[in-house]
Amino acid sequence: MSESEKPVTMQSYIALCRNIFIVVLLAIGCMIAASFAHIGEGWTLKVALILAIAAVNAFLVAGYLMHLLSEKKLIYTVLTFTVIFVIGLFGLTLWAMTDFPTGTAVH
Amino acid sequence: MQANVQQFPPFREPEPAHGHDDHGHEHHEPGFWTKYVFSSDHKVIGIQYGMTALCFLLFGFFLMLLMRWQIAHPTQPVPFLGPLLAKTLGPMAAGGVISPDLYNAFGAMHGTIMVFLGVVPLAFAAFGNYVVPLMIGAPDMTFPRINMASYHAFFLGGVVMFVSFFIPGGAAQAGWTSYSPLATTIPTNGQAFWLVGMVLLITSSLLGAVNFIATIIQLRAPGMTWMRLPWFVWAQFVTAFILLLAFPPLEAAGVLQLMDNALGTSFFLPTGLAVAGKVGEASGGGSPLLWQHLFWFLGHPEVYVLILPAMGIVVEVIANNTRKPIWGYKSLVYSVLAVGFLSFIVWAHHMYMTGMGQKIATFFQATTMIISIPSVIILTCMFLSLWGGSIRINTPMLFALGFLPMFGIGGLTGLPLGLAAADLYLHDTYYIIAHFHYVVAPGTLFALFAGVYFWFPKMTGRKMNEFWGRVHFWCSFVFMNLVFMPMFAQGIKGMIRRMSDGGVNYSAARVPGAIDTLPGSVMELNTWILWAAVGLGLAQIPFIINLFWSIKHGEKVGTNPWQATTLDWHTPTPPPHGNFPKAPRIVRGPYEYNAPGFEGSFAPQAEFPAADHGHAQPAHH
Amino acid sequence: MEIPYTVQNRPDTGIYNAKLGIWLFLASEVMLFGGLFSAYVLLRAGSEPGMWPHGWLDVRLGTVNTLLLALSAITTLLAWAACKVRDFRKFKIFHACTILLALAFLGIKSYEYHDKFIHYEIALNDGTFVDGHLVEKSADFDLKKKTGTVTLHGRAVTDRKELMDLRAPEAKAATLEEHVVAAADIKKMQNYGPWHNTFTAIYFTMTGLHALHIIGGTLVIFYLWGPGSRMWKTDPERFTNRIEVSGLFWHFVDLVWIFLFPVMYLT
Repeated sequence: MSESEKPVTMQSYIALCRNIFIVVLLAIGCMIAASFAHIGEGWTLKVALILAIAAVNAFLVAGYLMHLLSEKKLIYTVLTFTVIFVIGLFGLTLWAMTDFPTGTAVH
Repeated sequence: MQANVQQFPPFREPEPAHGHDDHGHEHHEPGFWTKYVFSSDHKVIGIQYGMTALCFLLFGFFLMLLMRWQIAHPTQPVPFLGPLLAKTLGPMAAGGVISPDLYNAFGAMHGTIMVFLGVVPLAFAAFGNYVVPLMIGAPDMTFPRINMASYHAFFLGGVVMFVSFFIPGGAAQAGWTSYSPLATTIPTNGQAFWLVGMVLLITSSLLGAVNFIATIIQLRAPGMTWMRLPWFVWAQFVTAFILLLAFPPLEAAGVLQLMDNALGTSFFLPTGLAVAGKVGEASGGGSPLLWQHLFWFLGHPEVYVLILPAMGIVVEVIANNTRKPIWGYKSLVYSVLAVGFLSFIVWAHHMYMTGMGQKIATFFQATTMIISIPSVIILTCMFLSLWGGSIRINTPMLFALGFLPMFGIGGLTGLPLGLAAADLYLHDTYYIIAHFHYVVAPGTLFALFAGVYFWFPKMTGRKMNEFWGRVHFWCSFVFMNLVFMPMFAQGIKGMIRRMSDGGVNYSAARVPGAIDTLPGSVMELNTWILWAAVGLGLAQIPFIINLFWSIKHGEKVGTNPWQATTLDWHTPTPPPHGNFPKAPRIVRGPYEYNAPGFEGSFAPQAEFPAADHGHAQPAHH
Repeated sequence: MEIPYTVQNRPDTGIYNAKLGIWLFLASEVMLFGGLFSAYVLLRAGSEPGMWPHGWLDVRLGTVNTLLLALSAITTLLAWAACKVRDFRKFKIFHACTILLALAFLGIKSYEYHDKFIHYEIALNDGTFVDGHLVEKSADFDLKKKTGTVTLHGRAVTDRKELMDLRAPEAKAATLEEHVVAAADIKKMQNYGPWHNTFTAIYFTMTGLHALHIIGGTLVIFYLWGPGSRMWKTDPERFTNRIEVSGLFWHFVDLVWIFLFPVMYLT
């Protein structure tokens, strides 16, 4: 057997997929609404909110459709390091491009 | 899965035909192409990578010789090769003289070829492919056909890089680092070829990395726990992870730069960029620094890709030739894991000169200093392993011993470069060239030579000639130091990199009375370095001849001529398809030399089931 | 010679080889798209204030595409589930849906790309701009020789900044009509391809790379659905694993779009 010993029926999977799809639809709707609503000054807060909702969507797809929530520790370890390095790439590059000695021109 | 019977090279005496051999399996003899070109056997692929990489190393070496000539004798035609250069490369080498553009092309391609087509394929792909499955008791890599694809992607990438020399305008000229906007504004196609070649090479490395990691995790033989792995396997494991996670951002950046080149986008081109006095057509709004970050995000972990497999080889050779276990196995494991992790967060120490603020510079300085700790631990364990050992001198051991002080010099000279304040002065000088060449040339390359001499008997059943091996070592050792040691002096005196005239424009002779020009003594070193480089090239001739001659005429040896403990030495020579007739059972650690409680000088790692080639003795003399 | 754990799980890790292989590959893909997303963030953060476009992409089309991909992720999972319960017919139906949904996605994407390529911004010699979709070029239209006229359906503006934020009330209130422009008045004419500005550059690159992944995934799934499904008869367990592994890749491609859609279309 190449999967865990949980009983597998089409019914259970169809039910799971239906529920996930409904939540995904709602999330998409919320993102679109947030995009056109007036939230805070400028774009920063709006972007943060939209990305947070997108993260929920991503969590559902990854957790359930990719069965990441029931995956083995080995996969988690690989992905954890990946996430750490992506955060490093984003964060350190952003920091490097915004930290300047006082008085030097900002590009 | 079909099993192809692979023998490479085909030197074993053919078995006399037996009637009873033909029942059961069909032994279909694969044709030339399936055996040597489109093989999915890890050993064949390892040798393919090895031979191709050695060819590229030689080619890269020639590029360096041409550059050193130009540096020592600017504007003078290259002797012997001048007319050939003029004929093949056209106006860039008019009259056999290396023009500044051609010098830049040689420089960019020397670096690219040595790193991506020479050292990485040899250290990681060649030795890793051949040895790792054997060392862990696996029949092959987890994904043999993907392995084959990775070699062919590498080969194609090499072809693209090589061909770029011969297109109008020549090869890439913007350094192996390909910084924008220079890389985009040079009006020739060499850069585009470079980018396409890089995408192919990165693809090859990614496929290889997936294979290595999956193989080491999934295909260890029964009893081969993580802490019983030979350290060479640990080093390859971490190297594979570095390749897997660090290469993709460069692939992304390469695509972006290719779009800047070919489609006129402005990912890395700032607004208002002027080329040759005219404001450019591009839309602007991009950031040259973005390229640097994405490049060095790979660029720094890449240097650990260059060194870790080499360190792995040195550990194996030292353990074997001191006849005692390696000192500090656990420290070595934790250190290599630490190096792998930390290597991802030190990259901007290549960018101290870009006007970064003090906070971020200090962060990268700190992580860079910290990463030197596990590196030193690894080197210390290697040194301490010699203490109390019964040291056996042979060619692999000479190269492994030579590695130690050379990597020591390379590593220690890196420390001022990690400190932001000192690096501001030393950046882009010959000090840097000396530092990284010490680590890679008398460092990694020596370890790779050790590996060739060491594993040659497993691949061929014969040893390479010992006398000429020692000649190769001593001459290389002397000349390597003569080439690179003076460069520290030149760099500290202020000679900057990538000057096609060798610094003449900044010399005291050219501008007498100016402050801090390059004195005659520093300029003279250029000539000495050229002669030393020629000597270094001559020193490789015994190696090349020895390598090919010994395949047919070397001293014949048994399956374990070095009396080694690891599994790779307990297969037939050469290992057949599938490596082990029955999966071995691992019962002890990798370096049980002269272990208490055992007779004889070494105890192999595994016990083999009775029905095999008679390796089931527990002790050997 | 057989490679162990191709179908059976290795006891200590609990997985089979291909599953580890695909997750490792996906980790590298996370770094690849992560690199591109970081490029996006830096380019946008470093852009001149007011010069980063908003509302240049049709949210309705983007939403439809998002729904198509989400649905295809579902059908992919159900195709694998059908294999697990050994229902070959259902597997065929579900993955046929996956392929059709993917093709629909690509169709809409092509339409969106085409729309950008026929959308022009013309800078006139007098410093004003005409911006809109191409209606027609006159027979003798030649930019170099400065003959003929070109007709755009759009608007004329004085400041380029007005073209950036199409969500702004001024832009929404603007009327779109036909503008005929003589070639002799044109200083520069450029369509909204990747070269137009850094937004279109990163948009085309990221969605283009994503589309390449969709094409690749579709080809693999099509192969497994078609000629590759012969393995169902000889080794259904191994075939199911292949469906699972290709499904994981497909879900990852959907994951990328889950972030790409809001980032490009909604912010």
